[in-house]
Amino acid sequence: MSDAIQARGLVKAFGVTRALDGVDLDVRSGSILGLLGPNGAGKTTIVRILATLLRPDAGHATVGGYDVEKQPHQVRQLVGLTGQYASVDDKLTGRENLVLIARLLGQSRVEARLRANALLAEFGLTDAAGRAAKDYSGGMRRRLDLAASLVGRPSMLFLDEPTTGLDPRARLELWSLIRRLVSQGTTVLLTTQYLDEADNLADAIVVIDRGQVIAAGTPEQLKARVGARSLVVRAREASNIRALTEILLELTGTRPTIDGLRLTTPASDPALVPAVVRRLDQTGLTVDELMLRSASLDDVFLSITGRHVEPDDQAS
Amino acid sequence: MTQHRDRPGTDILTGRMMDGLQQTRTLAWRSLLQIRHNPWQLGDFSIQPILFLLLFLYVFGGAIAGSTGEYLRFILPGVIVMNMVFVTVYVGHGLNTDLTKGVFDRFRALPIARWAPLAGRIVADLVKQAWSILLLLAVGFLLGFRLGTSVTGLLAMAALVLTLALAVSWIMVLVGVIARDPEHVQLFGFTALFPVTFVSNVFVPVDTMPQWLQGVVNVNPVSNLADASRGLLVGGPVLEPTLWSLAWACAITAVFAPLSVWALNRRLMRG
Repeated sequence: MSDAIQARGLVKAFGVTRALDGVDLDVRSGSILGLLGPNGAGKTTIVRILATLLRPDAGHATVGGYDVEKQPHQVRQLVGLTGQYASVDDKLTGRENLVLIARLLGQSRVEARLRANALLAEFGLTDAAGRAAKDYSGGMRRRLDLAASLVGRPSMLFLDEPTTGLDPRARLELWSLIRRLVSQGTTVLLTTQYLDEADNLADAIVVIDRGQVIAAGTPEQLKARVGARSLVVRAREASNIRALTEILLELTGTRPTIDGLRLTTPASDPALVPAVVRRLDQTGLTVDELMLRSASLDDVFLSITGRHVEPDDQAS
Repeated sequence: MTQHRDRPGTDILTGRMMDGLQQTRTLAWRSLLQIRHNPWQLGDFSIQPILFLLLFLYVFGGAIAGSTGEYLRFILPGVIVMNMVFVTVYVGHGLNTDLTKGVFDRFRALPIARWAPLAGRIVADLVKQAWSILLLLAVGFLLGFRLGTSVTGLLAMAALVLTLALAVSWIMVLVGVIARDPEHVQLFGFTALFPVTFVSNVFVPVDTMPQWLQGVVNVNPVSNLADASRGLLVGGPVLEPTLWSLAWACAITAVFAPLSVWALNRRLMRG
């Protein structure tokens, strides 16, 4: 299948900060690519370059076969963009926002109104259509943002952290909307800080950190690398850490990462928990916490870079 | 994404230009639509100028000109000019709001003319300017103002004030681009524009002021424009102040239009 988006060696610096340091990217037509990384990793910069809002300092990219620097107008005709920085006008109503964009795209008054109403109905915003966007809830606002980016029926959709800050229910609603779009053939580039979001939606994931691609593959490949789940053990006293480390090392074959009193280790084998409990019982060690949890972005990071995600280590 | 309608007989460049103008109109409509949802905005460029007119007329009129009727002939053109300067703050305020809230980037990501978002903002504010002039003239006539010239003079005054409004808008575009948030634009508007409008002959004739101040007042474009407006509405010298006003408009535009566009592109490329 052909690549809808192709980027080679993208570099972008803001002052002394190197936001992107040679990024390659391929998105197959009709698929969802999840761009995963912590705040400030460079995700937004990539999306802004591909959406023609920023020029790269080096490297080049094509979207739908068009060069983002030399043929920006053609690229804009293909792409719908949703992100915190590409926002609707919160002083206008939901309907007015959609009509505005339809009119800008050259639709007649009647066409624009029909298109706006159809999108409002599709996104469950018909009742709120006459209210100013600033009075919308977080979830409604994101749905309106998404609807606004779909007015021109783009064949490609860039979603920059579409669910950040949403409650779980609104998040699930947005996920199902995104899935429906892809089933209609739209290519999606999605950025997220959540592994489960990329896992749930994306066909392929690219992990990005400090402006560089540090891993790429299908969700299954990435999780296999990390271990789908992690076992977390919290020692009662610091003097127990050595003994606990030995136990975990013996049972899993890998050295657990230690963070204060907390030991974390990949847990791919379902029999690991009972095995750990038995050993604790035998040795007479008591722990404050013993739990199995799904792998997080932090685990992916830890396994690839050997360090934790640093929240907000630089502005995105 | 856009539905480009075929326009037989027009080349691509003309077609794009027509699209751009259409987009500018749509974006201007959007800016004006905001007023419907925030009627207090209407107060700023409707009630405020009327209040200014009434306050100065009835509080100072007797002292400055001997009678309110006489002072009205002097102050109405002045208030029209002063109000024009203040209303330009909306260009900067609106632009800054669009930039900080991300609305501007939404527009930039659409396949529309690059200049349409800025042009739309400026056109919308010229509509507000025209409305303010109309309103002040209407209130002036209700208070007893009579045209000393002709309807042509009145229209020429409106055209001249709008020309200067367009020029001053470019300064406000720069302020809107540089300011961190919309509040800072307004702060600038008050701190910088108050002295500029008051150190002029808008409220009092220049010959009542100390010598050193007269020099400043006489080169102030606000004074030139107020003189020209008085000439065109009431009668008196027209040509010289009008030429000075136009010269100022050209100079301001020549400096601030390229500077503003440069600063805007810089800000957009940085973010």
